[in-house]
Amino acid sequence: MEGLIENWIGRVADAASAGRSLAIRGGGSKAFYACPEQGEVLEVSGHRGIVAYEPTELVVTARAGTPLRELAAALAEKGQWLPFEPPHFGASATVGGMFAAGLSGPRRQAVGALRDYVLGVKVLNGSGEVLSFGGQVMKNVAGYDVARLFAGSLGTLGVVLEVSLKVLPLPVAEKSLRFSIDEAAALGKLNAWGGRPLPISASAWHQGVLTLRLSGAAAAVAAAQRHLGGEELAAGLATAFWESLREQTYAFFAGDAPLWRLSLPSVAPPQPLPGSTLIEWGGAQRWLREGDGRAIRVAAARAGGHATLFRADHALKASEGVFQPLPAPLLRIHRQLKRAFDPQGVFNRGRMYPGL
Amino acid sequence: MSIESSVADRRFTVDRQALIASLRAVLPEQALLVEEEEMRPYECDGLTAYRQLPLIVALPADEAQVQAIVKVCHALKVPVVARGAATGLSGGATPHRDGVVVSLAKLKKIISVDPVSRTAVVQPGVRNLSVSEAAAPYALYYAPDPSSQIACTIGGNVAENAGGVHCLKYGLTVHNVMRVRGLTIDGEIVEFGNAALDAPGYDLLALMNGSEGLLAVITEVTVRLTPKPELAQVVIASFGDVRQAGDAVAGIIAAGIIPAGLEMMDRKAIHAVEPYVNAGYDMDAAAILLCESDGTPEEVAEEIGRMTAVLEQSGASGIRVSQDEAERLRFWAGRKAAFPAVGRMTPDYLCMDGTIPRKRLAEMLDAINRLSEKYALRCANVFHAGDGNLHPLIMYDANQPGELDRALAFGAAILELSVKFGGTITGEHGVGIEKVDVMAEQFSLAEIAAFHRLKAAFDEHGLLNPGKGVPTLARCREYTLARVGSATSPRS
Repeated sequence: MEGLIENWIGRVADAASAGRSLAIRGGGSKAFYACPEQGEVLEVSGHRGIVAYEPTELVVTARAGTPLRELAAALAEKGQWLPFEPPHFGASATVGGMFAAGLSGPRRQAVGALRDYVLGVKVLNGSGEVLSFGGQVMKNVAGYDVARLFAGSLGTLGVVLEVSLKVLPLPVAEKSLRFSIDEAAALGKLNAWGGRPLPISASAWHQGVLTLRLSGAAAAVAAAQRHLGGEELAAGLATAFWESLREQTYAFFAGDAPLWRLSLPSVAPPQPLPGSTLIEWGGAQRWLREGDGRAIRVAAARAGGHATLFRADHALKASEGVFQPLPAPLLRIHRQLKRAFDPQGVFNRGRMYPGL
Repeated sequence: MSIESSVADRRFTVDRQALIASLRAVLPEQALLVEEEEMRPYECDGLTAYRQLPLIVALPADEAQVQAIVKVCHALKVPVVARGAATGLSGGATPHRDGVVVSLAKLKKIISVDPVSRTAVVQPGVRNLSVSEAAAPYALYYAPDPSSQIACTIGGNVAENAGGVHCLKYGLTVHNVMRVRGLTIDGEIVEFGNAALDAPGYDLLALMNGSEGLLAVITEVTVRLTPKPELAQVVIASFGDVRQAGDAVAGIIAAGIIPAGLEMMDRKAIHAVEPYVNAGYDMDAAAILLCESDGTPEEVAEEIGRMTAVLEQSGASGIRVSQDEAERLRFWAGRKAAFPAVGRMTPDYLCMDGTIPRKRLAEMLDAINRLSEKYALRCANVFHAGDGNLHPLIMYDANQPGELDRALAFGAAILELSVKFGGTITGEHGVGIEKVDVMAEQFSLAEIAAFHRLKAAFDEHGLLNPGKGVPTLARCREYTLARVGSATSPRS
């Protein structure tokens, strides 16, 4: 393992002195996401394995190349998991890719996002230094929260070597319910339920059907089901449904039409945008197929959120930009932070924003 | 002493009269305090051992005035120290001798409470508890509850990433804040986060939490509100041995239970608290655990049953379950009053804040007891046991020659042990000036240098809260050299 990192340090130094960019690659399962890779590939999936896992500490530390499936299996063996349900987007997904993409699955509305479970990281920066931030404990305010800054930074700040994450026990009971309801009424219900202590762990609305998932103690799930009504979905079907949403294998996501992700306040009304929509996270995450990029970005900003061109071909990504443009002062801070960790601009150049 | 060098740092050359004139030109007269006696109340925060008068205290009434102050300070290269209620325990709000203290106390408006989106927009000077009070009519509350919640403000909570007794289940400040609006040191208005669940680009919102006023000045915060659980109950378990109590904590987590709160107090802490608040704690116990469950009545009944079984198996000598809300609050009152109760027993105390892996709790307590004998100072222990966050309270008398130095050495030894056990020097109180030197225990020179570069990305001239949070590289080297040369280091 040490030999591997020594080799990477050499590669980073070479790239820095030659002014080249390195494209960090783990399992390649999320290569479709964000702006296209540039430069020579730095293959990092060989740095793998769980470094430390003690279930009673609720903490796991894994090397970035560890297959996500392997981590999930090790946690499941002890009745635990990553509660934010990270999408794998392929069997080759790694812990490092999950962390760098920073994406969370259907349970995000109830338990928080990937970044909320990040406790520490070990990274390789653009000067070839191996640095550790955060740690393996639940509470830690020593130094700036660099570990969370790296989460979702798409490899633009450095190579992630190791990640420490908080884990939680698996829910004791789960049930999924279905309701026939239109978009506006579904949004109203989701927000009203969100304000009450109900064990709702996921929601999805599409084409007049709202699916809810309840998770928690058996007694709490049963009580909520009595209260909410709806039609119960068979357990096997429910598991398959939520997994197909998480992995975007659900029919809505099929085909080559561009996929937009709108991250909005949950209370934002139905958006006056053409095309089919699927709503998750209690109203806070809305997917759109097709549509005019400029109109989508304007609508998202007007509603108090932002829009990402989640899946599209290179040409459309280049013309629309993948992520909502940043206000000038924030863009300046981004550029300066990039320089602080990667002064020569070696890592994943342009993967998040042009020039970053 | 090194801590003093933080506040007495002489890097800045400021013409006080010119600064006053520039500030007077942009602020109403009553917004500036310039006389020594009016500035006295601002000379320290909760870390009262260190006091320093600032050059000037400014009391802006709105964001525009904060902006005007920051612009003047930026133009004249004057340090800016933002201050909320100054309840912080690490000296994060200790003034700078050549700087302006910007008190945000007048920015105390709750701008909105929205029960539908379950958010509140507040100014930084709003007290933590007032947010929950304003949300109470909607059966919502703001989850992070630091012990100082009656007095501490949201701006300070964000700056320190404040915790509380319920963070194992409900998270820290960083998990409950959606948006921070503020000013960069050049006076530009910036917003980190938004009203949605994420924002494009780097997670600057996470970075703001716990940044101790070194990156921006906060002028507005959007917090997430949480539905109040229908019911909460707390179990108190007594143990004849501290080790058993530590094992019970691990046992509860191993059983798949995430308690709403899981706190531990040792005998000295129990003896400090019980005569003071009559919480009903077992005075014969070596340690007690407070273990809370919340949720629907069915859920709580189920969980309390499982908790009680684990506590019994772990050898608890007594178990009591709160029977009503009044009793639950009384059980918690003791824990929440631990700091003032210890304050009654001693002229002065130092509150430490290391966090360690839970499994090392008993070992740490043994080590603290040995250090207590070595330094001949009493120490009471209260722990956020659920997340391994320790608050040893080292009692001393500053008027007795040598006692403060012994207390500081005792505290430093605990922090070194925290790092050695795989933990951190501060779980929730922050580095401030108090722990700035000990940072070198936890971070390498390269990591400290990375922190400085990160800071410079926001604040090129180092004007925001200088001397706090991150030691200079020179001080790191001095610290490391002193450690190598020290035979009294408790590393073993």
